[in-house]
Amino acid sequence: MKLRSKDILGLDHLEPDEITLILDMARDMKRIIQSNMKRVNYLQGRSVVTLFYENSTRTRVSFELAAKYMGAHAVNVSVPASSVAKGESLIDTGKTLDVMGTDIVVIRHSQPGAPHLLAKNISASVINGGDGMHEHPTQALLDMFTMREAKGGFEGLKVAIIGDIMHSRVARSNMIGLGKMGAQVYIYAPATLIPPGIKEMGCHICQSLEEAVDGADVVMGLRIQRERLKKALIPSTEEYARFFGVDVRHLAGANKDVLIMHPGPVNRGVEMTSILIDSDQSKINEQVTNGVAVRMALLYLLAGRDEN
Amino acid sequence: MKLLIKSGTIVTKDRTEVNKDILIEDGRISRIGEGITDAADQVIDAGGLAVLPGLVDAHCHLRDPGYEYKEDILSGSMSAAKGGFASIACMPNTNPVIDNESVVRTVIAKARREAVINVYPIGAITKGQQGYELAEMGSMKAAGIVAVSDDGRPVMQASVMKKALIYAGGFGLTVISHCEDLDLAEDGSMNEGETSTRLGIHGIPSAAEDVMVAREIILSEYTGMPVHIAHVSTKGAVEMIRQAKKRGVPVTAETCPHYFTLTEKACTGYDTNAKMNPPLRAREDVNAVIQGLSDGTIDIIATDHAPHHFDEKNVEFELAAFGIVGFETALSLALTYLVRPGILTLNQLVDKMSAMPARILKIEKGEIRAGADADLTLVNLDEEYTINPDEFLSKSKNSPFGGFKVTGRVKYTLCGGKIVYQDK
Repeated sequence: MKLRSKDILGLDHLEPDEITLILDMARDMKRIIQSNMKRVNYLQGRSVVTLFYENSTRTRVSFELAAKYMGAHAVNVSVPASSVAKGESLIDTGKTLDVMGTDIVVIRHSQPGAPHLLAKNISASVINGGDGMHEHPTQALLDMFTMREAKGGFEGLKVAIIGDIMHSRVARSNMIGLGKMGAQVYIYAPATLIPPGIKEMGCHICQSLEEAVDGADVVMGLRIQRERLKKALIPSTEEYARFFGVDVRHLAGANKDVLIMHPGPVNRGVEMTSILIDSDQSKINEQVTNGVAVRMALLYLLAGRDEN
Repeated sequence: MKLLIKSGTIVTKDRTEVNKDILIEDGRISRIGEGITDAADQVIDAGGLAVLPGLVDAHCHLRDPGYEYKEDILSGSMSAAKGGFASIACMPNTNPVIDNESVVRTVIAKARREAVINVYPIGAITKGQQGYELAEMGSMKAAGIVAVSDDGRPVMQASVMKKALIYAGGFGLTVISHCEDLDLAEDGSMNEGETSTRLGIHGIPSAAEDVMVAREIILSEYTGMPVHIAHVSTKGAVEMIRQAKKRGVPVTAETCPHYFTLTEKACTGYDTNAKMNPPLRAREDVNAVIQGLSDGTIDIIATDHAPHHFDEKNVEFELAAFGIVGFETALSLALTYLVRPGILTLNQLVDKMSAMPARILKIEKGEIRAGADADLTLVNLDEEYTINPDEFLSKSKNSPFGGFKVTGRVKYTLCGGKIVYQDK
């Protein structure tokens, strides 16, 4: 089978069989990363542009390495945030890349829906590398890959997501994707950081960390940003850490093989304690490796759509 | 110049008369009756058509002066005429702002030269719509404004609004309030709810509107001065206005067609033509607006016609301009969504789109009687068509209603006895 759309805009747009296809393909790609010959020719002659309107290290490097391991030409374009409003329009920038022969554009943008606008206006494939508070599909796919690799599947899996749900595109993509694959998502966060509609999206909102973690197969933390203090959403990172920071003691009720995950970068001692981050149960570094594999899989599948 | 309208069904706020002829002389209705046989320069066969008093829009944006690339007085008036409007009141958020006598006179003079229908400017409440010092309302009234409003930029200081109500009231001017607490609205672009969460778009809570509606009602009650609440979109606002009216507070209210036809779900897919302020709300809000129209809590339907250039909408959702065009869809949507399902009678709709807005603006419009200005809207109530924004006469096409099938179409609009629009 092939992916149905030319673009990867979000988990919202992917069917369960497509998610499975991507995760299966990523398993094969991971073997390439673990080998000493990290170069295949699947994307030879293809070009991948990462168009980043927001700072990012891991996602951009991950995509760049994925493209290079696959034999594609990879070019990075970074656009300073200041020029979003006054500079060249997103559509015009996209069309420029399009006519230069770009096959796949990976976009990260502070504006929700920016990848969708781009995808509508160019013929190249568009991969959403994170759009505002909306979605971060490649992160969710690598998270799901990590869970499936360790747990075997999603049916009945209990995933606790702790932290700033409101501003997190990682949380949104995971909630949607995990829901589609049959997992149960439990949410715990300061009440000011839980947006409306979470229950309607099929997630459970918990009243305590213990409740969220009880029987959990996966505990995922989310990065909390200091800007939230200025917006009067939380009083301090210290209070956040006290009530919402995950520590070893909270895991008493969790599944004994519980996975500890975090999309990074982590604020040690705030979202999670170091002892947890560095524990055997922590998959945080594995997630990063898997990120490259998932992105290789996506590039391969998108490039392969027009071949037969 | 004599014009004879033959065999139409006259529909006003309080009467329906079939098979009537209307004779128009020198811009006014000279006689209404059956079988009028006077020789006329032109005869319109209105058989099968409803003849309404020319529609009156109490809330639109003509973008002139300053933003003529979006709309100007000529194009805006032609667009309004096509929608059946014979009189429109335009908001002062132009560049320069309509906040002094000289700009008012400029707009009125340009309208006299170019507009095909009656254009009445609304003056700003505060200088530059900055929310601090009162604009010269008395001088603007002398020059021809029909109300005051800082529409688009709410007056955030309650003390300023209190004094504006008192001062405007002293000149017999109604204050039209755009109810939005900017602190609560923050940087939102659509209604706060499940859809905004799914799309990752910053939300505008309905409370941002409700808080200000509550404030305006309290200030109107305290001062005894009238206030008109613009574009009501929330359940909370409808309920508070209903209670205030029961207490006798001099509050009137308007809503717009998009608030009784669309929900926040229209934003799905990042459709920037579904982005306006106040935003499209939840289903329960839409139901409350419909109930408010039905029970008289909401007095009038205005368009909030807000044209924007294609380039200002063909961008990321949060960067797109707020607002949609409305002249050319308002009547058809109201007929389709309110009159057809029996929520309003046709007479009630005529009241809400002609007589009542005229009363709020204190202009002599909204009636069909001998001696009145011959402002008339002739409508085929049974004609079905599909809305196509490319056919709009407005310079801008930013409408979420493209592709909507509606029933009821304007065939002629007359203003001062002149045919200013005719459907081909």
